Amino acid sequence: MADFPENLKYTTEHEWLDGSTPAVIGVTDVAAEALGDVVYLELPEVGAQVEAGAVVGEIESTKSVSELYSPVSGTVAEVNTEAVDNPEIVNEDPYGKGWLFKVEVTGTGELLSAAEYAAHTGN
Amino acid sequence: MGPAVTDKTTPLHDEHVALGASMTPFGGWLMPLRYTSDLAEHRAVRGTAGLFDLSHMGNIEVTGPDAAAFLDHALVGWISKVREMGARYSMICAEDGSVLDDLIVYHKAPGVYSVVANAANATLVLGELEQRAAGFDVVLKDVQPGQALIAVQGPRAAEILRATACLEEDAEISGGTAFADLRYYACMGMRFEGEQVLVGRTGYTGEDGFEIWVPAERAVSLWRALLAAGEPFDLVPAGLSARDSLRLEAGMPLYGHELDTTTTPFEAGLGRVVRLDKVSDDGAPIPFVGRDALAARKASPPARVLVGLRGEGRRPARADYPVVLRGEGSEPGATVGTVTSGAPSPTLGYPIALAYVTPEVSAEGTELAVDVRGRAEPFVVVPVPFYRRPQN
Repeated sequence: MADFPENLKYTTEHEWLDGSTPAVIGVTDVAAEALGDVVYLELPEVGAQVEAGAVVGEIESTKSVSELYSPVSGTVAEVNTEAVDNPEIVNEDPYGKGWLFKVEVTGTGELLSAAEYAAHTGN
Repeated sequence: MGPAVTDKTTPLHDEHVALGASMTPFGGWLMPLRYTSDLAEHRAVRGTAGLFDLSHMGNIEVTGPDAAAFLDHALVGWISKVREMGARYSMICAEDGSVLDDLIVYHKAPGVYSVVANAANATLVLGELEQRAAGFDVVLKDVQPGQALIAVQGPRAAEILRATACLEEDAEISGGTAFADLRYYACMGMRFEGEQVLVGRTGYTGEDGFEIWVPAERAVSLWRALLAAGEPFDLVPAGLSARDSLRLEAGMPLYGHELDTTTTPFEAGLGRVVRLDKVSDDGAPIPFVGRDALAARKASPPARVLVGLRGEGRRPARADYPVVLRGEGSEPGATVGTVTSGAPSPTLGYPIALAYVTPEVSAEGTELAVDVRGRAEPFVVVPVPFYRRPQN
């Protein structure tokens, strides 16, 4: 069943981020489940400026392509090259090894608590 | 799109829900898309076996003294040549030669045929057959309601059927075949819990496998019996997502993608199903719907041909993406075709696609690209099927 760690913040687009610096960002297990098996990731470049709520990449599964949004504004500090090489880890461990990118945060969009996100997704 | 209608459910719907399937609308039905993972289900069919609910497929029974002659007239194939308990891949075309549906015809008892149509086309095919039946002594019956269709596909499929409780041979209804001798593209009658079922050695996955028509009230029982018998063979239930990637690897067309009312069988590389040579017992050519247009099409070079594409990168092409010439860097060049189906191939490990392209760029080895959302991804023309099962 769906799992939403309490220490994370969420977006209505099914991304999560943690409170560290730089902030680590990934997709939730709801997104991973809905996508099916992830086969290709297009992530922003390190050093790129991203804006909260803007499209920064793509997540491609066996059956579909979804856009990846940044939950925050700032500078991309790192991307998960292991996830790029082995996209299935996004399905296997969306809150751990399957993280996607890190941002030096300068501003945030609308973020949800775990409880609010659970309510949003009907869990 | 028509008005919103409620999707139909199969007799196995509650089984799918209980197994945790993600359900999806497909051809007017609510069907399992996947149970766990598309890739795991796909790999199970290639490695061991998968169990599919295909009860959405249309099934029109044709009986009567003129059944075979009628099918020779209505379809492009030479159906009167199909021996008893044989099956044949065929198509129903319009007068202009365009494909209305692709079908499998089962000669399931002497003079009794089943025409198995795609779910989304089942009503149209029945209507067309009824129109074409004028002047023939035949009875057409939609036998899809009241039946379920369950497929077991994969290298362990025959062992699983042999191990299935209450699935038994009965020489009275078998049609003269023992299960051990049932050939590919043939069918036989068997009994499940005493009820007659039809078992065809057919499928849409590129693997050995069986399709079983069972009365609806026995569907759940058969589904569970197959799952139980399949457990030691690592049988897993598999959804439409795996079915689509399996058929694509096997180079099999999907109506609405490779085939539609703007396509003739020749462009799709399936001209062999069009039997312009079919003749009656006295040697006279048998006229059939679409014959003249198809004869003309066969004689003229096609404007586009269906080819296989292999991705050189990791990014898959998807249906409707433009096929382009390679340009400068990642700039797409001129458009030379359109992708009809595309996916990452779980078995081969690289992207594969089927596409219609102009004949000039259709030769094996031609280096092309697919415009993947503005970026040219390199693909090369390769033979189809992409995957062929290992032969024993």
